[in-house]
Amino acid sequence: MNKIKRIIQTFSIYFILILISFVFLYPIFYMISYSFMGESDLVNPLVKWIPRNPTIGNYLEAIKVLDYSKSLWVSFLTSLLPSALQVITASVVGYGFSRFKFYGKNFLFALMLLSFIVPPQVTMIPQFLMYRNLGLLGTIYSYIIPAMFSQGIRNAIFILIFYQFFNMFPKSIEEAAKIDGARAGTIFFKIAVPSAFPAYLISFLFSIVWYWNETSLASLYLGNELKPLTLRLLGFADTFRRLYPFNPNSPTGKNLNEAIIMAGTLLTILPLILIYFIAQRWFVESIDRVGITGE
Amino acid sequence: MIFLKKLRLSTKETITGLIFISPWLIGFLTFTVYPLIQSLWFSFNNVRPTAEGLMITFVGFDNYKNLFLGDVTFSDILINYSLQIIVYVPVIIVFSLFVALLLNQKIKGQSFFRTVFFLPVIITSGAIMKSLLEQGATTFEGLTKIASNPILRENLPPVLFSLLEFLLNSFIMILWFSGVQILIFLAGLQKLDKSMYEAARIDGASNWQLLWKLTLPILAPLITVNIIYTVVTVSTYSINPVIDKIQTDMYRPELGLGYAAAESWIYFGVIVLIIMVMLLLNIKRKSRAY
Repeated sequence: MNKIKRIIQTFSIYFILILISFVFLYPIFYMISYSFMGESDLVNPLVKWIPRNPTIGNYLEAIKVLDYSKSLWVSFLTSLLPSALQVITASVVGYGFSRFKFYGKNFLFALMLLSFIVPPQVTMIPQFLMYRNLGLLGTIYSYIIPAMFSQGIRNAIFILIFYQFFNMFPKSIEEAAKIDGARAGTIFFKIAVPSAFPAYLISFLFSIVWYWNETSLASLYLGNELKPLTLRLLGFADTFRRLYPFNPNSPTGKNLNEAIIMAGTLLTILPLILIYFIAQRWFVESIDRVGITGE
Repeated sequence: MIFLKKLRLSTKETITGLIFISPWLIGFLTFTVYPLIQSLWFSFNNVRPTAEGLMITFVGFDNYKNLFLGDVTFSDILINYSLQIIVYVPVIIVFSLFVALLLNQKIKGQSFFRTVFFLPVIITSGAIMKSLLEQGATTFEGLTKIASNPILRENLPPVLFSLLEFLLNSFIMILWFSGVQILIFLAGLQKLDKSMYEAARIDGASNWQLLWKLTLPILAPLITVNIIYTVVTVSTYSINPVIDKIQTDMYRPELGLGYAAAESWIYFGVIVLIIMVMLLLNIKRKSRAY
């Protein structure tokens, strides 16, 4: 009896998990399926998932509308550079909070964590004016400079990751080096940095993803010259109509349909999906590895 | 360097520590504290950017008054946002806890499921959400049919109905927000002390009792973390209508920047209030469980 009960239990766990997985993947299947449909498939009620006449035409259109090669480059630029700087500074600051005792440390650390809940919109207007006065608007510097000073996207999380990581890391080697007369900077670069590789990798990956997906700050600070893919996708319909003005008399005129939008959406997330497939283990194990849940 | 050696050890440690955290300290003061104070000051003023610089005239609480009395859309958007959060947070917390408990069982393919549940964290951005929402790819047809059922619409109180509508119309999106939370709960579950469970089981505790009396109280700090994370993630989402409104109003010269600043401060206040209420509820639940 007990065995049967256990089999039923295991079976239902798998069943629920697979069901939830399907729900999670549904929008992605939807995107892939629609992105290959031609106009005849879209209007055909019999075609539900698998296109009858698969076409890559939607992708060719979407590449044009997104200005793909240029905005892909912008997306990489505006996510890689700030992420790298944000992570490097976070490691220095996290190490400072983890290793040294000083007056007011706990207060500052609490302030740092509290700053996580401040929505960027509150500081946006003064920051916007500041960057405008300094002539940084519409340049990558409006992204780079805050990242350099630990004020990038969700920076508190990264400082916390390094703080936790260095707290878990045994202090004995560093203490030995200290007794041998090594200076704090040397200990940090020679001992702490190499040991923190997992924390660097995980923070860097998350930071790239969050910068890549950011649109509201990008639209405000980066201007028209530096438009990343996500911003292009937001303006997809407008760009399409500008490229192909509606003309009912011309048979060559194109209509914006959901297949083209889905192709554009998929193209926007494609690099992220590739990163995820390569570094999937690091993303999924991140929370275990950096001990963010506390030891 | 020589003079450093003469200093007391604790002073030296203070200086080194401050040097290490100085990038954050400088950044925090220039890019967070100063802008916070300035935008608070702006919210009590009429701020107009002109060719010669900013024209600032003090107007007291006028911006706030106009927001609630003159501008109908803002309070609507704000109420809508609050309702949305009230639906999202409990659903996400319960759902991610449920999935984490399932994944914590001895099952094969755990890493496959983790990969699937975490994928949305990587790919969701405001732009993607918007494009999927517009195509109706964020929910199933059956679910939207429930939401459009006239019997429900007529018989449920309007607030409850709109809560239900939020849930059904963006069902998948809500689940998509749970990736990080699932992993946080799972990490917590995997660190639980097995011997405690065995002892409780010997005393005759059922699985259900174990969950409520043992697992949940231990996970309480992680629930707090997840509540904060969820509220912040949903609130800072680029396609959030409140953010959209603030950013549009910034560019409306007849309103001035002070108006948008007042909006952002109200928004900040609402977020803090929601987090505090949710955390208080969580603490209450926790003390009942003990």
